[in-house]
Amino acid sequence: MKNMKFNNLKITMLLTVLLCTVISCERDISDDATPATFPTVGDIFTDTPIGLTEEFFNSFDPAEGANVNGFGTDNGEAFEGSISIRIDVPAPNDPDGGFIGGIFEDSGEGRNLTQYDALTFWAKGSTTGIVEVGFGTDFVENKYAVSFPNVQLSTDWKKYIIPIPDPSKLVQERGMFLFSAGTQSTNGFGFTFWIDELRFENLGTLGQEMPRIFNGADLTQEAFVGSSIQVSGISYTVNLPTGINQTVNAAPSYYSFSSSNESVATISESGLISVTGVGTTTITASVGNNLAQGSLELTSGGPFPSAPVPTRDAANVVSLFSDAYSNVPVRHYNGFFQFATTQGGAGSDPNNVDLQVPAPGGGVDNIINYTELNFVSIGTYETVSLVDISAMTHLHVDINIREAIDGSDFLRLSMESGTGLGSTTFGSVILGSAALSNSDENGWLSLDIPISDFSGFSDLANFGQLFFVSDGVISDIWVDNVYFYNE
Amino acid sequence: MNNAIIYKEKNMKYIKSFNKIKLAPLFMVALLVGACNTDETQEVTQLNNLVMQDEFDVDGAPDASMWTYEIGDGTAQGLPAGWGNAELQYYTDRPENVTVENGLLVITAIEESFESSNYTSARLTTQGLFEQQYGRFEARIKLPTGKGLWPAFWLLGNDCDQNPWPQCGEIDVMEYLGNGPTVTFGSVHGPGYNGEFSVSKEYELENDRFDEGFHIFGIEWGPDYINYYVDGDLYQTITPSTVAQQAEDVEDEFIDAPENAGEWVFNRPFYIIINMAVGGNLPGAPNAETEFPQRMFVDYVRVYN
Repeated sequence: MKNMKFNNLKITMLLTVLLCTVISCERDISDDATPATFPTVGDIFTDTPIGLTEEFFNSFDPAEGANVNGFGTDNGEAFEGSISIRIDVPAPNDPDGGFIGGIFEDSGEGRNLTQYDALTFWAKGSTTGIVEVGFGTDFVENKYAVSFPNVQLSTDWKKYIIPIPDPSKLVQERGMFLFSAGTQSTNGFGFTFWIDELRFENLGTLGQEMPRIFNGADLTQEAFVGSSIQVSGISYTVNLPTGINQTVNAAPSYYSFSSSNESVATISESGLISVTGVGTTTITASVGNNLAQGSLELTSGGPFPSAPVPTRDAANVVSLFSDAYSNVPVRHYNGFFQFATTQGGAGSDPNNVDLQVPAPGGGVDNIINYTELNFVSIGTYETVSLVDISAMTHLHVDINIREAIDGSDFLRLSMESGTGLGSTTFGSVILGSAALSNSDENGWLSLDIPISDFSGFSDLANFGQLFFVSDGVISDIWVDNVYFYNE
Repeated sequence: MNNAIIYKEKNMKYIKSFNKIKLAPLFMVALLVGACNTDETQEVTQLNNLVMQDEFDVDGAPDASMWTYEIGDGTAQGLPAGWGNAELQYYTDRPENVTVENGLLVITAIEESFESSNYTSARLTTQGLFEQQYGRFEARIKLPTGKGLWPAFWLLGNDCDQNPWPQCGEIDVMEYLGNGPTVTFGSVHGPGYNGEFSVSKEYELENDRFDEGFHIFGIEWGPDYINYYVDGDLYQTITPSTVAQQAEDVEDEFIDAPENAGEWVFNRPFYIIINMAVGGNLPGAPNAETEFPQRMFVDYVRVYN
């Protein structure tokens, strides 16, 4: 019955459109109507796939858990016409794959979508699960990928709108549609959803476009010649005709980036900032005519003042954090413990810490930058093995204090063994303001402390944590080359 | 004067009247078909003798010979705080809230603590300065965005002091809610048909929004009709029989409907009001996504007879 009704409506509309066209005022074909190089077809699926590859659905990699069985069409369900796309979302423990997702691609060389402002479709779920949809992903460059991760399904047909950030970019797009669905929103219970009337449309009812970089914040940061920084926190928000603000993830290629002083830093199409000179520059971006909220002011004083390059034989070293050696597995470079204010050092990957600067001998030098320091640890326990340093005699660490040192300032280094074993030992070494001031011309304090100085720390076969403690009197430090050695 | 009951529970009406929208596209198509042969503006409006205009071409405060202000939260006007609609703004005549610049009247709604309100905005009227019976009242306006914003371009009968609202009559040329950026609505309020039960109709843009550009809102008002149009599209005609029918249809909704329920009260001079309310019973309060300040831009106000 429902379908009948819509068919009638369609005919009425068609007739009126025809009528209007027949007796309409004469108009010259506008300049906009000049033929485009690539087809401008907006339809993707109505009752059948429109102009898509023969395979129709190109799944994410089954080797990574994508389930290829749940995709098909349904002759018994449709919003309009008689057939819809049906997607059965598997349970996480399904042996054929615990989630489902993939893309639809244009069968030709791509489409010109510059006349549209949104991807639209109707969807319905067997339950009110959440799925992700998008377009612009072609499994090659994904240059103009857009995705909306929060499509909240309804148990009746509902229309969804995914805005195109800057349609003028889509002169030859192959990635027509993307979806991805798991059972995170349904407590692991599989469900079904249907998609119909999938197409690019020119709605005209989208407005208040608001691109953002750096999550809309105006940031300032110290930079170094030779270093590079990727623009992060990229999103694009539009106000839908329903009055709701919809924020999608948009590929950097939609954004035109600019650097106010290109002698200080340049920025690539993909948003990679390369610092090339001394001075200050502000990184901004826009999408079409809309200036993005958020910016980054970089001040570059020159090359990064590197710490002395370690020279000890790797055979005599156990390294926690250094680009000169292979590091032992580390649980964290900041455990974000209760009562800790310390930022920086996040994660367990030594190649993904706070600063990446050119290493003196070429390559990348990773630097930890602890800020708002009160206490923090580098931990090797729980998820990784405790470290045997019983053959080592000294701790080496390079610290660069990024602020003026007062007479009462101190830094306490502490070591703990047996973390998580039930029996721990603990010892500390305190560095007063005089010791902290003993830095080289680049500001680095290269410490070589006998392990025996950490009195009380005794179980060297089970090293678990190295603490940096300032109680807040020193808040901003760089850390590099943290390793034990035997002399 | 705007009274407490004017918009009370108009929320409900807004929701109810959504059913009516579905008819609108067909009506518009019909209109377009007809309009193709002739000049659209002549189809909609007949009155072209300009008798009052403000093009807002002089920067600074609006022309004092044409506009005055209603200040405060309504209590000074004898209404409950919130202008009888639980609105949240305090109206001022400060340049922050109302000014003319770049050829536009700009009304700005600001989120700020002011005289125990959390928002400020402005409400201009031509009361005592320009009042007219019948004619074409038209303004070109760009509207704001966001939940809780409620701008309007409307007329009130100039005898509300003697014949309290709704007897004095209210003609809402354009009302709009910031969380419905494609919809405006036009209404009349009078005895036996007011507040939630006014005669009202929505106009929805099919391929555009009211906050992304200027649109023309107008009525053409004669002894026995009020025609409503947006951008030259006539979308509602209200006549004495329309209001009489409405009063009859909603009679049971009033505890004591007046004896003259359904009377056509639009036959005396009315004056113009332009305002932007924040919050209140109809739009609801702003939410976390409503950005402030928000601006309503008026390119011109013109009156013809």
